Amino acid sequence: MEKTVNQKAWFLVLPVLVLVAFSAVIPLMTVVNYSVQDTFGNNEFYWAGLEWFSEMLDSERMWNALSRQLVFSAIILAIEVPLGIFVALNMPKKGFWASLCLVLMALPLLVPWNVVGTIWQIFGRVDIGLLGYTLDKIGIPYNYTQDFFAAWATVIIMDVWHWTSLVALLAYAGLQSIPDAYYQAAKIDQASRLAVFRFIELPKMQGVLMIAILLRFMDSFMIYTEPFVVTGGGPGNSTTFLSIDLVKMALGQFDLGPAAAFSIMYFLVILLISWVFYTVMTNLEKREGA
Amino acid sequence: MTLQLEGVSKGTGRETHIHPIDLTLQGGTMNVLLGPTLSGKTTLMRLMAGLDRPTEGRVLWNGEDVTAVPVQKRNVAMVYQQFINYPSITVFENIASPLRLMGKSKSDIHTAVHEAADMMKLGAMLDRKPLELSGGQQQRCALARALVKNAGLVLLDEPLANLDYKLREELRAEIPRIFEKAGSIFVYATTEPEEALLLGGNTATLWEGRVTQFGNTPTVYRKPVDATTARVFSDPPMNFLQVSKTGAKLMFGDGQSASASGSLAHLPDGRYMAGFRPNHLEVSRHAADAMEFHPQLSVTEITGSETFIHLDHNGERWVGLIHGVHNLPLDKPLPVYLDPAHVYIFDTDGGLVAPASYAAAA
Repeated sequence: MEKTVNQKAWFLVLPVLVLVAFSAVIPLMTVVNYSVQDTFGNNEFYWAGLEWFSEMLDSERMWNALSRQLVFSAIILAIEVPLGIFVALNMPKKGFWASLCLVLMALPLLVPWNVVGTIWQIFGRVDIGLLGYTLDKIGIPYNYTQDFFAAWATVIIMDVWHWTSLVALLAYAGLQSIPDAYYQAAKIDQASRLAVFRFIELPKMQGVLMIAILLRFMDSFMIYTEPFVVTGGGPGNSTTFLSIDLVKMALGQFDLGPAAAFSIMYFLVILLISWVFYTVMTNLEKREGA
Repeated sequence: MTLQLEGVSKGTGRETHIHPIDLTLQGGTMNVLLGPTLSGKTTLMRLMAGLDRPTEGRVLWNGEDVTAVPVQKRNVAMVYQQFINYPSITVFENIASPLRLMGKSKSDIHTAVHEAADMMKLGAMLDRKPLELSGGQQQRCALARALVKNAGLVLLDEPLANLDYKLREELRAEIPRIFEKAGSIFVYATTEPEEALLLGGNTATLWEGRVTQFGNTPTVYRKPVDATTARVFSDPPMNFLQVSKTGAKLMFGDGQSASASGSLAHLPDGRYMAGFRPNHLEVSRHAADAMEFHPQLSVTEITGSETFIHLDHNGERWVGLIHGVHNLPLDKPLPVYLDPAHVYIFDTDGGLVAPASYAAAA
């Protein structure tokens, strides 16, 4: 067969190329550019090679922020995924209550991050916040600005409040797509509630759960606004997660080089973990045949 | 082994899905529920299985009232239109699952699963996951699961509807053979008259939540008790036209008539409805006493070896099924022939007055 050559086809690809260039490649290259240079002001830049990268890799500060971040994401996933599934399983399947539940579940997702932060910041205050005041009155010491544990608990509960809905809604969508015949078949087989969950609902939800876990992981790994508004990264550095640290470095101290190197490594870590997640989950799915 | 429905009905709110039904099914028989979509086949099956409780009436199993017994406590198996298997476990485990829940021993399970799998030609697939199988194999897996249970009542709800033509033919030929051995009561729901005829056994025709007739499949086909049954049990549906009887003659309109002989001789004069199946309409005269009509030809559909002709006969829609490929002029009157021996006579309420003489003789 003769191959048709038509150079005009390039024009069809052009819009995508331009879009990707402006939205991703050029901004990323700027960061790459900063990460390999040093400046002492006057808009003069000097080649620094991989110096910033090795400096960041040796920086205890970054490793601390990274480990805090990993612990945070792990806790978030460990709470939100099972809780989301549990909520989805108990939501009504159809009718007025189902619609009402969906709306209520979607509400937290519509609240902007900084508003969520502000809500919880006020909610948790010992002097005027409902939560903080109540806890204080019944004798539970709670002060997220001073106490490490209280700060973490606040940030985690806030995230759970904000994002469990997402997992629940995704899981709900997965559950809704299971034909009724599966439940009937299980009923006829005399399967227990647990077996129905294990052998029907969980395998059938696997696809959406994978998306939920990926989304929640990436989002929690990049969390910035909410803890920044509530704790500002404190007390001390106890809730200084990666992006808070990054902003401190880039804007607070104006260390553009290290911050750029940090950003790139941050990006690569997210990419790497997401890729591992995705590969493991899709292989799992293939093996399970769901 | 018998399953008896006594005045069983089902409704939600003001809507009635199933009108009171009396039906007795015997062990070792294949019973076809034949009816169009939404005629209540699935609802009726759910009532038989005990997945739903009837609004009124009783369900008896071997004479014992089981109306209030939930499905888990009855010995039933069901196969659906969708291929329902547990997705995360192997074919072996899928087939074994009902046995495991029954607490059978390991060796019993092993033998039973292999036996059922061999019967369903799944012997080589036992280690696979259901979704690694083809559609036909997935449904075989579901059938094997139903079979292995050795249930007294096996319900098959349009099990072949989602399969392609070839697989459907293959499985349809196997199903009666396989299930005959088991000796249970089989109930098979389908929308296709042809499937009912191929499966044999008994057929109950359903129309808008009512069983219009129940009996031996060929008998129901040949002697439908009313026009509705005849319409359900004919694909394309039966054609109708007005007739009137005066003396010894049946007047078909268009100057066509036939002699009212045999059982028709005693009919009082008056108006009746005549019905005939699409395959009995002919485009050339075969019988000497065939009647000739000239309906308008509106559409022809050629299926390879057969031609469907859609006709307009004085406002009545007729469909004819004729052998061979015919190129007929559209929008013109087409001479068609109808042998009086192929005509069923119904009264104006739809009740059968006399079956076609060819069917009555058979």
